[in-house]
Order: sequence, then structure tokens, then C-alpha cells
Amino acid sequence: MTTATIAKPTASTASSTPIVDVKDLNVAFRTGKSTTVRAVNGVDLSLGRGEVLALLGESGSGKSVTLRALIRLNPGHITTVTGRIVVGGIDVNTLAPQALQDFRGGVASMIFQDPGLALDPVYRVGDQIVETVMRHKGVPRAEARKRALELFERVRIPSPERRLDAYPHELSGGMRQRAMIALALSCDPEVLLADEPTTALDATVQIQILLILRELQRDLGLTVIFVTHDIGVAVQVADRIAVMYAGRIVETGPVEEVIARARHPYTLGLLSTRAHGGRLEGKRLATIPGNPPDLSSLPPGCPFAPRCGYAEPRCREADPPVGEISPGHVVRCIRAVA
Amino acid sequence: MLRYILIRLLYTIPIALGVTIFVFALIHLSGDPLNAVVAPDATAEMVAKLRAAYGFDKPLPVQYLIWLGKALQGDLGNSIVNSRPVLDTLLAAVPNTLMLAIFATMIGFAFGCLLGGLAGYYQGSIIDKLATGFGIAGVSVPHYWLGMVLVIVFAVNLQWLPATGMGAGGSDAWKWDWEHIRFLILPAVTLSVIPCGIITRTVRSTVAEILSQEFVQALRAKGLLHGQVMRHVARNAAPTVLAVMGLQLGYLLGGSILVETVFNWPGTGYLLNDAIFRRDIPMLQGTILLLAMFFVALNLAVDILQTWVDPRMRRS
Repeated sequence: MTTATIAKPTASTASSTPIVDVKDLNVAFRTGKSTTVRAVNGVDLSLGRGEVLALLGESGSGKSVTLRALIRLNPGHITTVTGRIVVGGIDVNTLAPQALQDFRGGVASMIFQDPGLALDPVYRVGDQIVETVMRHKGVPRAEARKRALELFERVRIPSPERRLDAYPHELSGGMRQRAMIALALSCDPEVLLADEPTTALDATVQIQILLILRELQRDLGLTVIFVTHDIGVAVQVADRIAVMYAGRIVETGPVEEVIARARHPYTLGLLSTRAHGGRLEGKRLATIPGNPPDLSSLPPGCPFAPRCGYAEPRCREADPPVGEISPGHVVRCIRAVA
Repeated sequence: MLRYILIRLLYTIPIALGVTIFVFALIHLSGDPLNAVVAPDATAEMVAKLRAAYGFDKPLPVQYLIWLGKALQGDLGNSIVNSRPVLDTLLAAVPNTLMLAIFATMIGFAFGCLLGGLAGYYQGSIIDKLATGFGIAGVSVPHYWLGMVLVIVFAVNLQWLPATGMGAGGSDAWKWDWEHIRFLILPAVTLSVIPCGIITRTVRSTVAEILSQEFVQALRAKGLLHGQVMRHVARNAAPTVLAVMGLQLGYLLGGSILVETVFNWPGTGYLLNDAIFRRDIPMLQGTILLLAMFFVALNLAVDILQTWVDPRMRRS
């Protein structure tokens, strides 16, 4: 990743009542007759208004599933969700279908990893925004179109009037993601859920998208949950980081605190795997040995233990305790807490 | 768009020419074309005279050009059986076949989209299994057999619908009233079963594939109502389904020989059947040429329609 830094709001802009409040979230998918994948296992999240949280983890760590659970986007017929999810004062799990459709896009909206796949290929991008604005705001087409144009200018799409009439395949990757951002923000949501929004883009385009997101977040006072596997991206956009492993948050805290004083062996591993600008020429990239565990048959104890260089016998016996080692810095590891 | 249509039109010219060459070759593929006309005991002198009269003594390319030139002017020759111009007979039969094929395609399309849509949406459910089973049955059932069964059930036993023909006065007295449309129902339903099965399977797999794409999740994520999401799915499925439907209509135009024969429906299939058994080569040639041209035109129409529906195909 690039090393440019982006101005961040101070943590004090976050108010005291959380706008996103998740307690003991569990998500399980029935994938076969007797196999159940436990993708998310007891996640707690709490975000103040205007706060940016980066959910960090490898593929299969449950970060995207957590994000999707916030707007109930996981496939309904095979998914079991338990726990409390309150977003913008709305209890998401008990929403009636109609209310859920009002909530999605209106209160919380989402940006996807690959805008080439997330935009409908046979509709003009402008029309995709227009239909969303008409749906949520109940305004006539002309007014919705004006709103779409205004958003395109806001995300700095060149010659926006013309681009509104373009089909997704006629735009570049960066342009498409800008259109996706414009779409997500079209109905003034309070919470923006970003699912690896820069992963599918070129490095140079990534930084532009991050800058736009950061700027919009600051101007609109958005609360953002930003899912990424790139610790560099997380550092640039977030106020707070939550590191996920095997469907759990293993370490969370303010960005500077986590980067400087990480305590969980997994976070330490992620930090050392970072392909950093200052890496010594010829030195091999550090990796975390092994693979993430099979979520359909989790062993007892700490799920990271099989890959952990510091694992002790007691790690495999019981779930590791959770402890706050400094204000806001919470770690789920026997060595950090006990 | 207009440019695309023009280019696409130009492309059809070599295809159409290829078809005419094939149809022309048919006369010579089936042995000496004179065999059908000349009496077995004719003298060699007489055969030579006839050969010159039909133009069969000229080199093949010259014969082809003469034949093509005449065909382009609407002269497809005269029937060997009744000496009437082939074109007149054809023009009387074509509307009947068109009527039957379009009606059958409409039935097949409506039921195919309904069944396939439900099956794709409720993938893996009972509805899906029933619709898929129906689709396979529709494709596999021999339709002349189905036609006979339908006649036995609805015409003979229940006596709800007439068994064969086009009603009183035949093809010339056709009117769009119930007394005549009754005659269309059984053959059209019989003919619709194959396209219905094929469209069911196409719609099912297309809808299931589209539903699994991320943009559908994105549509839900932005809060669109269920119906609005389904409209997006339909727009995305349309190009594929249209293409399949166009091809099916083409097959029905040419492939209703058996059904038209079973139901005594005076269309091109019936003509074709008759021409084959009587070795009426000009008739056969004219009918095949016309049906092949229909197919080419239909493909052109489907291509243009598809480009109109799917913006991704408009690029070149």
C-alpha cells in the first residue's frame, strides 16, 4: 500500500450513545445436511456517531459476514443469526420486510468490493442511482436525476452529466467505485458499510478512493465500518481497528494504540507480514504459518492456538479470557490478560 | 445502433447465398432431377429434349444463377404434381404455419418463463423439481405422439375441441373467431411443448445464475423493493431468453411437419411432407428455401433485439 497519510477527525467527534451497537453476534450457515459453518462467534461492536472502524482479518475470518449481518444481507434460508444488532436506533433482527427495505440504503448502506460486479450491467449507472433516490425519498425522476448529478460531482467523476448515462462496462474501475460510493450515499445514510472497497482496484486508484471516502466521511459526519485485509488501508482510514480471527474479534483499540502496542499474537503476525516500504532488500516476506481453522468444526480453546508461536497447553483447554489492557484496547488472549 | 443493424444486415447476405446454394444442390443430390418427370420408357431423344427444356443441359453454375435470378423475382418454378406455381401454393400455406408457430411460441414462452422463473427463484425446492421435471419431459416427449394423445383425450373422449383441420371452408375461410380458433388450440399446444421445456430450462438456469451475482445483493442492500429487484433480474435474463425464443420460433416454422401432418393443418410442414412423398422437387426446394430464409431473418431480428436489450453487446 501507499504511505500517504490522510487527515482524520479527532476521536472526540464520536458521541457517547453508540449508533452501531452489536452484542454477542453469532452467524451460522447451514451448508449441508449436518454441517454448520460458524462464521461469526460472539462479536461485540460499538461505534459512536462519526467514528470509523476498520474490521481487519484474512479471508474467512468473518469480517464480511459481520458487515452483511448489519443489514441482514446474508442468505436468509441458510443463515441463523443470534444476538443484538442495533443500527441508528433500529433493531435490525426484528425488522419487518418492508421496514428492512426502508432501512437498507436509507439508514445504512453498503459499498462492495468489486464495483464491476455490484452494479447492474444492463442499467445506466445514473438510472441505478435515480431509482434508489426515488425509492427512498419519493421524489420525481427529474429531482432524483439532479441529486445523482450532484453526487457524481461530489465524488469527482469527470464530465458527470455524460457519465450518468454510461453503462457500468463503459467506466473504469476507479470510476465505477466512485459511482458505487455516490449510489451508497444517495439517500443520506447515517452508517456506511464498506466491504473491501479498494481491494479490486489498482494501487494508484486505491488511494484516490480512500481520500474521497475519508473526505465524505468527514463532511457528512458518517459512521463507517470498513472491512479490509490490508493493515495499511486500515491505518489510513480508521479511528479504531478491530482484528478478527475465526469469527471473533481478537483485538480492538484505537489505531495508534493497536499498531504500537499490539498484544495478540495474531495482530503481531499481521503487523510483521506487512509488505512495508522499509523492508530490507532480499529479505523474505514474513508470513503467519498455517491456515485459518475450519469454521464447521472449531476446536475447543483459542482458535488461533494451532498457528500461534506462543501457544501453551492451557490455550487449547478453554476459551481465552477477554481483557482491557488500556482504555479502549481490548485483547482476547491468555498471555495478554492473565 | 443503426450502423450495427446495417453491418448485421450485410452479414446475412453471404449466409442467405449459402442457403440458396444448398437448396439448389438438393435437386442434384437426390439423383437425376429428370427421373421424377420422365416416363420410364421414354426415348433418349425425348429425354434430351426435356433436359434442354428444363435447362438441365447447362453447366451447374449457370443453372444456379438462372435459378437464383428467377427465385429473386419470385419465380420458384411450377409444381411437378399439379403444375401450379410453387410460390402461390407456398403463400397460401405460410400464414397458417406462421399462425401456428407464433401461437405455440407464445404459449411456450409464457409457461416457460413462469415455470423457469419460479424454479430458478426457488432453486432446490419442490417447485424447482416439478418445473425441471416438466422441462425435461417437454423436451423428450415425441410431439406427434403427444398430438395423438391430445386428440384422443380432448377430441374423441371429451369432445371439447375438434381433432383436425382448420374448420369449415379450410384455410381460405379462416376468421379470428372462436369457431376457428378452436381448431388452432390442440396443434398449438402440442407444438408448444418443446419450446416450453427448453425455455423453462433456460429461464431457470439464467435466473438462478443472475440471482447468485453480487449486483442482486447490492440491489437489496440499497433497499429496493422485492418487485424492483425482480425487474432487474428480468432485464438481465431477457437477452438470453430472447435468443432462445427466437431460435425456437425458427425451429417451429420449419419443424412442424409431424404436427401439421397429424392435425391436417394446411401449412408449410404439411406441404413439405406431401412434396417429399411425391418427389415434387420444385415444391420441396421452394418450401425449404422460404423456411431457411425465415430462419435467417429471425436470427437477424433476435440479434438486433438482443443488442437493443443488452448494452454490453453494443460495443462494436
